Amino acid sequence: MSVATNLPAALPRTGATPPRRSRLYWTLSDAWILAKRNLLRIPRIPEELVFSTIQPIMFVVLFRYVFGGAIAIKGTSYVNFLMAGIFVQTVAFGSVSTGIGLAADLQKGIVDRFRSLPMSRSAVLTGRTIADLVRNAFVVLVMLVVGLIVGFRPEGSALGWIAGIGLLLLFGFALSWVGAPIGLLVRNVEAAQSAGFIWLFPLTFASSAFVPTASMPGVLQWFAEHQPVTLVINAVRSFILGQPVGATGWQALAWCVGILLVFIPFSVWAYERRTAR
Amino acid sequence: MAHHFAILAEGLEKRFGQTQALRGLDLAAEEGTVLGVLGPNGAGKTTAVRILTTLLQPDAGHAEVAGLDVVRHPNQLRALIGLTGQYAAVDEYLTGRENLEMFGRLYHLPKKWARQRADELIERFDLVDAANRTLKTYSGGMRRRLDLAASLIVSPPVLFLDEPTTGLDPRSRIGMWDIIAGLVSDGTTVLLTTQYLEEADQLANQIVVVDGGRVIAKGTADELKTQIGGERLDVTLARGSDINAALRTLGAYSDGEPRVEVERRFISLPIANGARQLPAVVRDLDAAGVRLDDLNLRRPTLDDVFLTLTGHVAEASAGDEMNNAARSERSKEKEEVTA
Repeated sequence: MSVATNLPAALPRTGATPPRRSRLYWTLSDAWILAKRNLLRIPRIPEELVFSTIQPIMFVVLFRYVFGGAIAIKGTSYVNFLMAGIFVQTVAFGSVSTGIGLAADLQKGIVDRFRSLPMSRSAVLTGRTIADLVRNAFVVLVMLVVGLIVGFRPEGSALGWIAGIGLLLLFGFALSWVGAPIGLLVRNVEAAQSAGFIWLFPLTFASSAFVPTASMPGVLQWFAEHQPVTLVINAVRSFILGQPVGATGWQALAWCVGILLVFIPFSVWAYERRTAR
Repeated sequence: MAHHFAILAEGLEKRFGQTQALRGLDLAAEEGTVLGVLGPNGAGKTTAVRILTTLLQPDAGHAEVAGLDVVRHPNQLRALIGLTGQYAAVDEYLTGRENLEMFGRLYHLPKKWARQRADELIERFDLVDAANRTLKTYSGGMRRRLDLAASLIVSPPVLFLDEPTTGLDPRSRIGMWDIIAGLVSDGTTVLLTTQYLEEADQLANQIVVVDGGRVIAKGTADELKTQIGGERLDVTLARGSDINAALRTLGAYSDGEPRVEVERRFISLPIANGARQLPAVVRDLDAAGVRLDDLNLRRPTLDDVFLTLTGHVAEASAGDEMNNAARSERSKEKEEVTA
């Protein structure tokens, strides 16, 4: 095999130099290239998306038909109440894939290659979380269709829907940054999977996702009413059902911003720590 | 300075927890040459490569690649180096072309150039038929070729190849050697780490032998071979009780200290002009009443280099064992993928 003799120079020999761009341009460009890479993988491993979509679909069907009859909701049907909880749980569980994706890249050694390139250092993290944001948007769309099939009849205005979906995706994006350091600090993909889910179960079930918090005993009720998942669910629910949102909307937004402010630097720290060895 | 060094490292030190990975490592490679870095697992080869490619900061010491300090100018340096590691660091769910285009864009080439460069490399590396298939369908040799292609996107003047042929079948290995030799004849400086003496022999202008995080020998392949003696004679005895008689007989032929493994009834000794002396060795052993299970005359291996140069079998430290575990995990994964 004499394939590599006379390798051409990297760039066309026209004397042209690549156009100069700002640092910000490359930061965004690198992030988007890695996000595209992560998104391209989805149709190549369809079973991953299929199974992570089947799970919330089963929740919808189970809660709608098994528990729904036993839970009375004031002012609306149970399925109308349920869907906001399903949406938020879906994007919250989506944060597990952020950790898994990063753990897999670290394990396979491709992160070393990225780090040896003259690319922006943040792109490995932002490319991952942006891809998961797009993925969340797709899964939410699927859940919406499933909801409509089983009787979901939301009455919110277009503006309410935009606000609701916007808040939902922002919350999912924020939780991706919570999932990221988990994937960066554990040893392998399996650990990222189990560690990624553990903290989500109490937060999503001890919330207003499936039942009104009023039915819960004292301490649990206090926790459920003040934790971010409930606040986001309540705000999203009010937005898409056309009910008054009140202060909940701002509180939910504040949580999202707060999580991002804490967990983006924490993720960067975890990334630097993990790759410095 | 009389020489232009494309790679220069002085007194590199690096510690991971309890493990001192590098203890004052010095390396130098002149422009347009191949520097072979030989050593067992855990010798510090990969740590050195990671420092020289800006992935890791040294605790002490100084290193320059392509005239740039690796600690002070990591960003400029990354545009001038290519790295191919032990594990094909490419995306197995993307096609060959998608991988190369992605890396081209991450080298900050405009989209059109990245595409054009990907096409060129696919053709040169004999991957045209596989260009639009995902890497999951590639053989080990094809993956390594694509991995190497990815590190050549900007024709970097300095290339780091960390065990580029580990795990490849002989045919793919020779194919990689041809490619590397071609790059060097085009003026690329290459740092090549390997566990195979033969590989360094084929490719390297200068070889350094690393053990325990420092250089224990250096020179050309010929110089090293002379240093460790010409040939080795391995003898396995039929009866353990013959060991002393065998050692007495073999002592007359030994060109250095023989190595004895009593439990395996095994003796290994350096021997000069082995082929010519072999009939006499066999006659004498027979006359001494020593019965043999096996007799083997061979060229020295890297193990012999270590035994001769360090006086002990290179031991893996705790940290290395961890690395090895991670490695075998990775290679297991790869096997699954290829299967």
